[in-house]
Amino acid sequence: MFKLWLIPLLPFLGFLINGIFGRKLPKLVINAVAIGSVVASFLWVALVVGPSTDWGEHKVQAHYFTWIQSGNFNVGWDFAVDKLTMIMLMIVTGIGSLIHIYATSYMDHEGGYYRFFAYLNLFMFFMLNLVLAANYLILFVGWEGVGLCSYLLIGFYFHKKSATNAGNKAFIVNRVGDFGFALAMFLVFINFGTLNFNGVFAAAPGKPVETLTAIALLMLVGAAGKSAQIPLYVWLPDAMEGPTPVSALIHAATMVTAGVYMCSRSSVIFLHAPAAMQVVALIGLATAVFAATIGITQYDIKKVFAYSTVSQLGYMFLGVGVGAFSAGIWHLMTHAFFKALLFLGAGSVIHACHGEQDMRQMGGLRKYAPWTCLVLACGSLAIAGFPGTSGFFSKDAILTAAYAHAPWMFWVGVVTAGMTAFYVWRAFWMTFWGDYRGHGKPHESSWVMLAPLMVLAVLSLAGGFLFNVPEMLKDMFPEHGEVPEEHMLMAISVAAGLIGIALSWYMYVVNTELSGKIANALGGVYRLVNDKYRVDEAYDAAIVEPIIHGSSAVLWKTIDQGVIDGAVNGIGARAQNVGGLLRRIQSGNIRSYATWVLAGSVVVIILMGIAGGVR
Amino acid sequence: MDPAQIAGILKQGAVPTSWYLALSAVLFVIGVAGFVLRRNIITVFMCIELMLNAVNLSFIAFAHEHKQVSGHLFAFFVMVVAAAEAAVGLAIILTVFRNRSTLNIDEIDSLKN
Repeated sequence: MFKLWLIPLLPFLGFLINGIFGRKLPKLVINAVAIGSVVASFLWVALVVGPSTDWGEHKVQAHYFTWIQSGNFNVGWDFAVDKLTMIMLMIVTGIGSLIHIYATSYMDHEGGYYRFFAYLNLFMFFMLNLVLAANYLILFVGWEGVGLCSYLLIGFYFHKKSATNAGNKAFIVNRVGDFGFALAMFLVFINFGTLNFNGVFAAAPGKPVETLTAIALLMLVGAAGKSAQIPLYVWLPDAMEGPTPVSALIHAATMVTAGVYMCSRSSVIFLHAPAAMQVVALIGLATAVFAATIGITQYDIKKVFAYSTVSQLGYMFLGVGVGAFSAGIWHLMTHAFFKALLFLGAGSVIHACHGEQDMRQMGGLRKYAPWTCLVLACGSLAIAGFPGTSGFFSKDAILTAAYAHAPWMFWVGVVTAGMTAFYVWRAFWMTFWGDYRGHGKPHESSWVMLAPLMVLAVLSLAGGFLFNVPEMLKDMFPEHGEVPEEHMLMAISVAAGLIGIALSWYMYVVNTELSGKIANALGGVYRLVNDKYRVDEAYDAAIVEPIIHGSSAVLWKTIDQGVIDGAVNGIGARAQNVGGLLRRIQSGNIRSYATWVLAGSVVVIILMGIAGGVR
Repeated sequence: MDPAQIAGILKQGAVPTSWYLALSAVLFVIGVAGFVLRRNIITVFMCIELMLNAVNLSFIAFAHEHKQVSGHLFAFFVMVVAAAEAAVGLAIILTVFRNRSTLNIDEIDSLKN
């Protein structure tokens, strides 16, 4: 009817063409295939699937074929589009198109050009599959696929040890989460007998709370892995080893929000498991604060935005946890706008500074890269929640819902909002104000890179007006109670953002020595935060090292070398020993041979005699 | 068996088969003892011939006892093989002697281990 299969299939074709023939194709063709396939899928979503439905209670369903049929376990390749999916489709294909365009210029001088775009298109295929899925298993296919592409693209510069390590880390940490998600699916199948969204959500209200809580918590484990929440957030900052467009597309705008999407999609289950909701909210809030404090102390511009992403994802989970699913999705969308903008802008800055990522080696770039400065200012305003920008609306919606749920959550969220404004504007001032501290002469990026940035800047500023997500989704999720103090809360969160901006301006423009003094005054606390609370070190000591030492001492040295190699070598050695003994019989002395023959004959004759002889 | 019995048997003109077998066994044991104990290759070689002929004697004795021709046939085969073996064996012994100037079987032991 709407040929939903066309949406993921177009990028997949792009992947096949670029992946198989890309090495021999000229760059122009690679660009055309990569961008063309994603833009075509965007246009299909925006112009054909979107407008041709009234989206009232409407839901487009499509069954293509039965994938797995085993007993009463029946999984079809099913796609479904409702308004939530529609929003995700627009974000994924829209932002994806912009980032593909940007990447053609950003990756221009890199090796493995066709490989990069093949992976990127493959990512789009899996991500669209994830979003379109009408049952948990098809969603899981996309879920794993985007994880694979994330791994491939983090390790894109595979000649760098740190990049391959980061890729492995992302993949392995995600396995922990995926294990939880897989268990959740098993539980869903045992209790519901199906994995189809329709069937599960229709039956969910009648199931016992304990079952639903278990399912929801296991889903949260999966979501925490994919969406970088405590305690599985550690892979995302390292994932910045990948090229910047990848950081923008996969590790800021789309893939990492898959967890939020999955929780919102399963809202029926979560709503009937209040304890799990509370855990979601607490984890989201904790992650938001925790990552924000780390973000304040980082000097690598991409690391600042990476921790910011973790923090903002925490916000989305807070929204989901307090029951404001539509606010979470709204923040997902606005975050996709402004964080993609911030990352792509950071890429532009890094290009301008000849590959430098340390903000201490930047400064004064507003003279050299005025357009980048302007668009990054838009993105930074949006993430700080400046009134009227997209971030203002979505963050306010989440914070209001948090206040209605528990006022203390609102206050923690407000403090986090202040910190967010502070560290993002700290990065802005350090990059664009003051004097240039790096080497060479910085330059503005090409128009191919700036054009997508400008589109994103407009979306970051006006996205809140243009797309009122809670209004669109109001019949999908339960209504949220009005909060009488709403305007006051709004004023408080805006004030927090403005204080953050002002403070960063004072500390990094007016009185630049102050930050160093504060860091010195805090001493150990500052170093702890600057070292990211040494969580990586703690994980290393608690999990990685015991596994490595356990494997090397027990599995390798004891079982493999001791038991298995010992058995094989032992058999060989015994054969040699016995052979060495037998070798002595062959003395070369004929008379001794004859004696042996004689002795043997005598023995045979005696044995025959004992056995009764030959009659 | 006293001499009178032996004289009686001889008078009948027929030597019993067991006598032949006893002779054969004696010859064979002499051959084996010579093979194992003597060091001269020629002597060892002759002992082998002695064992072969001891076996031939049993074949013939049994063939006569059972009135069957297959025993004779075996004896002929053994003779042919013994002749061939003698030709090859003597040639080897000659070559060994030319190369080593010894016929002591204990010194010819290089084919070992």
